[in-house]
Amino acid sequence: MANISNTHESAGGNLTARALREGFYAGVISLGLFVLFVGLETTQNIRNELVLNQRWGLLAVFVIVAAVGRFLSVAYLRPWLAARKAAASATASTETEESFFKRNFSKIAIVALIFYPPLMVVLFGVQGSLKWVDNFGIQILIYVMLAWGLNIVVGLAGLLDLGYVAFYAVGAYSYALLSQYFGLSFWVLLPLAGILAAFWGMILGFPVLRLKGDYLAIVTLAFGEIIRLVLINWTEVTKGTFGVSGIPKASVFGIWSFDVSAPNNFAKVFELPMSSAYYKIFLFYLILALALLTAYVTIRLRRMPIGRAWEALREDEIACRSLGINTVTTKLTAFAIGAMFGGFAGSFFAVRQGFVSPESFVFLESAIILAIVVLGGMGSLIGIAVAAVVMVGGTELLREMTFLKSIFGPDFTPELYRMLIFGLAMVVVMVLKPRGFVGSREPTAFLKERKNVSGSFTKEGHG
Amino acid sequence: MSDTLLSVQGVETYYGNIRALGGVNVDVKKGEIVSLIGANGAGKSTLMMTICGSPQARTGTITFDGEDITRLPTHLIARRRIAQSPEGRRIFPRMTVYENLQMGASLDNLKYFDEDVEKIFTLFPRLKERQAQRGGTLSGGEQQMLSIGRALMARPKLLLLDEPSLGLAPLIIRQIFDAIKVLNEEQGLTVFLVEQNAFAALKLSHRAYVMVNGQVTMSGSGKELLANPEVRAAYLEGGRH
Repeated sequence: MANISNTHESAGGNLTARALREGFYAGVISLGLFVLFVGLETTQNIRNELVLNQRWGLLAVFVIVAAVGRFLSVAYLRPWLAARKAAASATASTETEESFFKRNFSKIAIVALIFYPPLMVVLFGVQGSLKWVDNFGIQILIYVMLAWGLNIVVGLAGLLDLGYVAFYAVGAYSYALLSQYFGLSFWVLLPLAGILAAFWGMILGFPVLRLKGDYLAIVTLAFGEIIRLVLINWTEVTKGTFGVSGIPKASVFGIWSFDVSAPNNFAKVFELPMSSAYYKIFLFYLILALALLTAYVTIRLRRMPIGRAWEALREDEIACRSLGINTVTTKLTAFAIGAMFGGFAGSFFAVRQGFVSPESFVFLESAIILAIVVLGGMGSLIGIAVAAVVMVGGTELLREMTFLKSIFGPDFTPELYRMLIFGLAMVVVMVLKPRGFVGSREPTAFLKERKNVSGSFTKEGHG
Repeated sequence: MSDTLLSVQGVETYYGNIRALGGVNVDVKKGEIVSLIGANGAGKSTLMMTICGSPQARTGTITFDGEDITRLPTHLIARRRIAQSPEGRRIFPRMTVYENLQMGASLDNLKYFDEDVEKIFTLFPRLKERQAQRGGTLSGGEQQMLSIGRALMARPKLLLLDEPSLGLAPLIIRQIFDAIKVLNEEQGLTVFLVEQNAFAALKLSHRAYVMVNGQVTMSGSGKELLANPEVRAAYLEGGRH
């Protein structure tokens, strides 16, 4: 007995010593990494001279955070995770009934989203709700929709597309330009933008039919850049980097308008005080409907032959062909349908901003959308929605964290650390959940009962 | 010969400039089990793939059921009801057993799925137990059963099996070969089999071909080849430990 407790003690002592050592190393490494990036800052003064600012305090904060974080991780977090993993594998054999919340998560989420704008109006007033409905609600839902659209290409058909933002751009510019030059309304142009984007999806699809994996990714990346460069340089039509402004607003199916001067203005008809909040609330429901349409189509397609063929294509292309599946049309439809939803989202983006420029369609956007799909768990709609809320909502939330100024001084702007935190979050999620938030793939067909087999049993790299 | 289902005439296949098949002639008649044996690199799997149109034969013709299929793309060849259980099984690892079988039935858009899936489950009861499990979690033998089952779901006129015994225990191999025999005897299924396991393949087959360096060097009934001293020396005694 004494022996056992002895070994425990020495193990504990070892752990603390190791944690201290590793914490120290982490501190040294972060000092080396950040001494030039954080410790020194160059700014320009009024006479355009470079001035070197020394920020040793901030550097100390970075180093201490790294050292203490490493110490805590080694000494406490890892043993705790290991213990939890052991406990989880011990109880894995006993099947637990999923809670009501977990089973009906998507229904609850949809109902909550429908009541979200009125709730914000009640809580923050008509004008105060603007920020919550627009910056959080609409912004997140656009990314949910984009990620769900990309999920068809990447998650289901397994075609790594790094240029998805091209279709977003095609949709946005379709609406912006066609409404400017031909005066067509949003409701005519929404399907048209989708069709045009799908068409571009096919154009991308044809040359890359024979490519896979990394090669495909590079070509799609180039495609995204080509579209952006065309938008910048075709100045007669797109007005280049100046962008297209004054894009007309959408109306409620032509019945009520949101133009201030229009006689059928929404606020005038209902005798409400003038506010742009009504338009934002309308846009919120519009993007919610579009996103739900995307989800509905995805769910339906997965149960249809074409959806099954996509998933089979992701798994094994040769086997697909030997089963009589035409891989050419299967790939092209995946590109086209994914692109179509990107186009819908793009025309919504144009109508929401009232202004589009090539600046909005840089590679970073594609990367963020892809990151959301991967973090959420390829193919899982709920996981992707959660990932979008975390990634997009999280970065929006950074803007709100003004209290950090009192810690780091008045110059501290949390938004600047957006990408740092974004990257950190991705690393953490990928370490803890390598398959994304929802890693297990839901089967589409069952005989009698559904049984869930965790993704962790399947080969790594195949899921 | 009206009862010839598959006829391979003078087929040459190249990988780039390298000739893998040098004028192969093989016939498979309706209701037969025909096997193709040979050493590693003899071109057995290449012949199998050439029949499926990937890669396509550079010269020669492949006729199936009276129709020239030499230049057809793979998926159209599959739609002529040539089903293949490819080398290395190639099941869909993230899809369940049930979904894998559904994929096999996609030619008819699941029209006969319910009755056919019952037949597969009778043939391979293990698959029924495992139907909700992901393909990738199955054992090698179960994956092979699934691969054959998936091919059968397409209601094939000709079943191509590429090394069904690859990496499997002798007992499992026997189960699978028994199943092939049952399919042939009870349903009249025509089977063309590529095998390293020459002894088991020759015992099962009506006729067999021996392939060396991309050419067919010998052919005859399974029994004849089993008794042939050359075949015994090259593929049977040497291979048995």
